[in-house]
Amino acid sequence: MQYQEGENLYKDNNIILTVKNLTKRFGKRIAVNSISFSILKGQCLAILGPNGAGKTTTIHMLVGVVEKTSGTIEIFNHFVPDDLKKIKKKVGVVPQVDNLDPDLTVIENLIIYASYFNIKKKIALERAYELLHFFALYKRKNEVISNLSGGQRRRIILARALINKPELLILDEPTIGLDPQARLLIWERLERLKARGTTMLLTSHYMEEVSRLSDNLIILNRGKIIVQGNAEKLIEEIIGPEVFELELSSEIKIENLLEKFSQCDIAVDRSPQRLYIYPKDNKRAKVVEKIIKEFPKWIRRPSNLEDVFLRLTGRKLRDQ
Amino acid sequence: MILGPIRVWQRNLKVWTKHYQASLIGNLGQPILFLIAMGIGLKKEVPQINGLTYLQFIAPGLVASAIMYGAALETTYNSYTRLTIQRSYEAVLMTPISAKELAFGEILWGATKGLLAGIIMLLALPLFGVIPSAWTIILIPLLFFEGIFFAALGLIMTAIASNYDFFNYFTSLVITPLFLFSGIFFPINEMSKFIRPILYSLPLTHVVLAARQLCYGRLTPMIYIYILVTVTLAIFTSILAANMLKKRLIK
Repeated sequence: MQYQEGENLYKDNNIILTVKNLTKRFGKRIAVNSISFSILKGQCLAILGPNGAGKTTTIHMLVGVVEKTSGTIEIFNHFVPDDLKKIKKKVGVVPQVDNLDPDLTVIENLIIYASYFNIKKKIALERAYELLHFFALYKRKNEVISNLSGGQRRRIILARALINKPELLILDEPTIGLDPQARLLIWERLERLKARGTTMLLTSHYMEEVSRLSDNLIILNRGKIIVQGNAEKLIEEIIGPEVFELELSSEIKIENLLEKFSQCDIAVDRSPQRLYIYPKDNKRAKVVEKIIKEFPKWIRRPSNLEDVFLRLTGRKLRDQ
Repeated sequence: MILGPIRVWQRNLKVWTKHYQASLIGNLGQPILFLIAMGIGLKKEVPQINGLTYLQFIAPGLVASAIMYGAALETTYNSYTRLTIQRSYEAVLMTPISAKELAFGEILWGATKGLLAGIIMLLALPLFGVIPSAWTIILIPLLFFEGIFFAALGLIMTAIASNYDFFNYFTSLVITPLFLFSGIFFPINEMSKFIRPILYSLPLTHVVLAARQLCYGRLTPMIYIYILVTVTLAIFTSILAANMLKKRLIK
């Protein structure tokens, strides 16, 4: 939000969702630790974070299936949990898990879900057909869910989440476990929805997904927001334009190298097998190249969001 | 508040219509087989009880038992499947329907399935030479409340179950004893005075005794107590079940 230009965007009627100091404890464990963020109308905010960072817990608090320990949640100027019913009428949720009714057909799934919103059957049918066309599933409308592939099911879950014409679409890892083709198809559809002005909240750990869809992002680690802002700006600020990767071997005297880089004010990250070097500008990049040239295995590549993510949350696998 | 449970009920009805045959046979098999085995098998050995043949004696109670089984099994095994494997409850909770509305919808559905089994049993009774009286019309709403009670009881089990095996305790420690000791197969008032109060305090007993009175049109003032107890139990157990399911669903 702080990266938005123009003060008119700060008007209340443009804010779809505001979360302040939101906290959730499960016994002694703090799953979400005093996070605050907001989403403007028509924008997509992405929440990134490793497994167990608190992404799904946050989403579950927004829709009231997890009770917050403290903090406030305001959606469409109503508060959770007091006005949950009013809020949920205008929210669409794509859950991480597949919870379609396996015994029912595609169209039956959509119509029954619409009935939970008290949408009249005739309108529900019209919308369902429209959504099935949109997600390239119309031909499958009378197929029983258990006969469909993972990618098709995901698209039905998306269609289902849109059946009430939501003003806020919440997507919890919408393409998790899908093959590249299925993922691309969903991204393309989500981009179209975004172009039409759908406000979105997205959790993911696919960096490409976040880069393509989001305007702003939050990186969540161990329940805390460690950084928030616009993806490109974060890459620029935290990583710089390029990354060098050096493959380590026993012959390389790492201590010497680290010394040299730190003298030139160049940030590095180390994993057991690799050294990641982040020169912030051209001048430093030249220095790095000069140093690194003598080693057999290294690459120079443009930086990306994944670098930001790994730089901030650590290159090592953590045990939760 | 009433629309939410109806939507959940409608969803379950829709799924049920896809495989209702298997479901109905499952619910009706046991009471019908008992009727045949006990009623016809013991016909000559057991003398008349209060002027009824043994088959006539057990038939109304078996109708009540069909409702108990239909309702309680629906909200245990089937509801637990929706809760865990199919995760349907999670989908419902993403919509304006609340956890309690969902619970009441499940209870309503369990009661409906129980009642359906009970009505089919009633309709089948003439095949065994048992002709119900006109009072049986009053029995139907009472059986519905019985269904509500047992569906709610089952849903409480679902709310605390950690796996399917848990329901074995419920069926063998609650449902089967109720089936055997609620006065379906023997007259309670001929038991010793120490056992009688225990048997009269069982929830199914009230429905069995009311069913027998209504079925043969032999009403006593006790019928009011049977109805009152059943309706009260149904309401309180439902409220408890809704709160417990909510506790399981909302963390």
